[in-house]
Amino acid sequence: MSFLAVENLVVRHGLLQAVRGVSFGVKRGETLALVGANGAGKTTLLRAIAGAHQPAAGRVLLDGADLTSVPSHRRVGMGIALVPEGRKLFVRMTVEENLLLGKTTGRPGDWSVDKVLEMFPNLKPRRHAKTGHLSGGEQQATAIGRALMSNPDVLLLDEVSLGLSPLIVDRVYAALQGLIRSGTTIILVEQDLNRALSVSDKVICMLEGRIALAADSKSVSRDEVTKAYFGLHKQKAEPA
Amino acid sequence: MSNQIIQGILLGGYYALIACGLSFMFSVMRIINLAHGSLAVFAAYALWFLASRFHIPPFLGLLIVLPVMAAIGWALQRFLLERSARGGALLPILTTFGLAIVIDNMLFQQFGADTRSLAPFIGSLSYDSWEWPGSIYVGKLAVIMFATAVVLLGGLQLFLTRTRLGRSIRATSEDPDTAGLVGVDARRANAVAAAIAMVTVGLAGAFLGMRATFDPYAGAPQLLFAFEAAVIGGAGSLWGTLIGGIVLALAQTLGAQVHPQGFLIGGHAVFLVVLFVRLSASGFGLRWLLHLPSRSAP
Amino acid sequence: MSVVPTSPMIERGTATSRIAAIAVAIVIALLAIAPQFLSAGAVDRMTALFIYVILAAMWNALAGFGGLVSVGQQVFFGLGAYFAIRLADAGLNPFLALFASGIIVGAVSWPLSLFMLRLKNGEFAIGMWVIAALTHLLVNLDRLVQGETGTSLISLNVYDASIRRVTIYWLALASMTALLAALFGLLRGSTGAAIRAIRDNEDAAASVGVRVTGTKRLLFVLAAFGIGIAGALWLATSITFQPKTYFNVQWTAYMIFMVLVGGIGTFEGAILGALVFFLIETWFGGAGVWYLIGLGATAVLFSLFLPRGLWGTIEERFGLRLLPVGYRVKLPANVADGGMIPSQQATTYQEKA
Repeated sequence: MSFLAVENLVVRHGLLQAVRGVSFGVKRGETLALVGANGAGKTTLLRAIAGAHQPAAGRVLLDGADLTSVPSHRRVGMGIALVPEGRKLFVRMTVEENLLLGKTTGRPGDWSVDKVLEMFPNLKPRRHAKTGHLSGGEQQATAIGRALMSNPDVLLLDEVSLGLSPLIVDRVYAALQGLIRSGTTIILVEQDLNRALSVSDKVICMLEGRIALAADSKSVSRDEVTKAYFGLHKQKAEPA
Repeated sequence: MSNQIIQGILLGGYYALIACGLSFMFSVMRIINLAHGSLAVFAAYALWFLASRFHIPPFLGLLIVLPVMAAIGWALQRFLLERSARGGALLPILTTFGLAIVIDNMLFQQFGADTRSLAPFIGSLSYDSWEWPGSIYVGKLAVIMFATAVVLLGGLQLFLTRTRLGRSIRATSEDPDTAGLVGVDARRANAVAAAIAMVTVGLAGAFLGMRATFDPYAGAPQLLFAFEAAVIGGAGSLWGTLIGGIVLALAQTLGAQVHPQGFLIGGHAVFLVVLFVRLSASGFGLRWLLHLPSRSAP
Repeated sequence: MSVVPTSPMIERGTATSRIAAIAVAIVIALLAIAPQFLSAGAVDRMTALFIYVILAAMWNALAGFGGLVSVGQQVFFGLGAYFAIRLADAGLNPFLALFASGIIVGAVSWPLSLFMLRLKNGEFAIGMWVIAALTHLLVNLDRLVQGETGTSLISLNVYDASIRRVTIYWLALASMTALLAALFGLLRGSTGAAIRAIRDNEDAAASVGVRVTGTKRLLFVLAAFGIGIAGALWLATSITFQPKTYFNVQWTAYMIFMVLVGGIGTFEGAILGALVFFLIETWFGGAGVWYLIGLGATAVLFSLFLPRGLWGTIEERFGLRLLPVGYRVKLPANVADGGMIPSQQATTYQEKA
């Protein structure tokens, strides 16, 4: 029984079909990695799960309940939190204020400002700084912390390592490992294939809005994923 | 002369009161509500009606009128602005302008062309004054008005920074889509912001009625004063509104010294000069002046 | 249609539009000889209609095509009348003064545009209102105007009443025709492409090299000139000049009503809106304040529920285009029905205007 399921999801951006009939499921506590080239529809898929895009067709189910017509702010209350691509912090508000916003829905749980600051000690001295003045790593930590403050069951992470130095990325992923151990269900979009495979239980490779490959992260070969990434997996790519 | 300056500063309190709602709504929803002045006049008429018909003194009448104004603000956002804002940035201007025409003429239909005032209903407060050292007389009402503006601006500031709802409104004003993704109901935040803005409009209307006279078409000049004070002060900051109001009032006071008709001319002129200086200095649009980050098109 | 086209075809004029062009010529000719058959009152009303058409078309040029909503256009209406008074007072023939005044208003609007066009949306709208309020106050200071008491275009009284009436009628008709033709030519010409690009997406237009500010300035000055002429013509019909009447925001309210109801951003819509407004005024103008409430409420309802106005809706529904200012791409039916085009755009006719 999937905890979070997506059924035949279609999302359009104007004339463009960004997601073209995608179905998959994630079990409670599982970690799923979404990989694929730029424009493959990963971010759109994640945002549709979070409720930021209204799908043209298909359903999103959480624990069997249909979320399709539920607005994004209520999905947060139901336990889905997104760390959006590009962080999307409220730059005119402080770190603490950004974190407190995650508490808006009042969903019960033990995440608090102090706990987030413990998880990301580098934020401690920046607590009252406007997030517009933070470094990339500090911003990313704030964005993850803000999502955690809503005590989510499902955490959606969109390219958390983008634009960060390798050292910082290591630190972010160390923090994520802790979350995974604590039983949070995670779907993450990650460009770094090695990292994606090592951290996840399952991997889905997207190509032009469709699933090109869905496999077990531990058993699939890196080569196989790479092929799917470039569209060489099942069908031959047509010459342009 | 120092007497005039003090009167001018105190009058600035009124302009801050009328401007803060306009600037608040603009900073949250990016909508300039052209019915702003008309709604203030509506509130003044509502208080006048309660006072003359039911003998409810205006300060007590506020207990009825302010909740009504809040409800109007909420409904305005939900039924009018939310819908018209979906049609682009220009449509709300037309919608609220049409609304202003409806309100003005409804007031005319209901109350006629006579000018009214709330002054007869507040007893000696309308003319009482304190004597300050240097034989300066300051009207009690003007001081109350100024104090109200300071308390209101401070209260709003505290509300926006210290409460969950206030933070939700600020987050919505920065980025409504992302606000939704962290659990903020952006529609509700906007409706609450509109309700709060209309409460400030109600207060401004009350003081408009107490310190001067009003008629059904008095909304347009109030809108212009509010806009001018907000822009002079930089609509991004609440306290800037107070400074903007004071500058506007001082310019009007000075204008009145120069020429019998100089009161209004002085105000409009200082507004244009401030605008001109800022635009030439920045080379950007007003959006930049108001310290608003550009928001990508939906 | 026997052959199903497989690729989009680009059309300019349509058969309907060619018939419309001939019809327009006939209508203008008929209007020109109409005073022969109309009563004095009817001639005056028709003159008012022509002025309304000018006002609607000019406000539409600014808002519908330039994306600049102004609630201060009464400034040009008032200035048009004021400069006419001033010029006539200086000894210029009153009829000449009307047009000289329009040119001065256009000239004044140019430096104003340098400043005002840097404002956006609501700030521009209400900023123009401040300009109008200030100009009104400054005009009041002129000794000739005597404050709100006002003055008259006395020199027009030397003409016989009936000659004066018909002359003003013809001048209004000619001004309307010329302004509409100028706007039509502007929209059809090379500037028209820029105007339509700005209307659809200002940022995108700028990024592909469209001169956004220059084009907007052109529309701003044209609108000021046209509304100035309208103000001068209105002065000629009513003789008296009271600043309060001419600098009244009501004029802009009328313009907004006409354009919203007719169809913002469509050439024909403004004309239709002026006609609708004219009829409503004729029938309900006597209802006083309820008439104004009705106008405001109608404007609100149109902006909420029919933001494309009557003409925009007709055009969308029936693919009708009488005076085509743009190009249209006629999509083959199979493409239009394809799943790639979102439903709201999946009409057979894709207006590419």
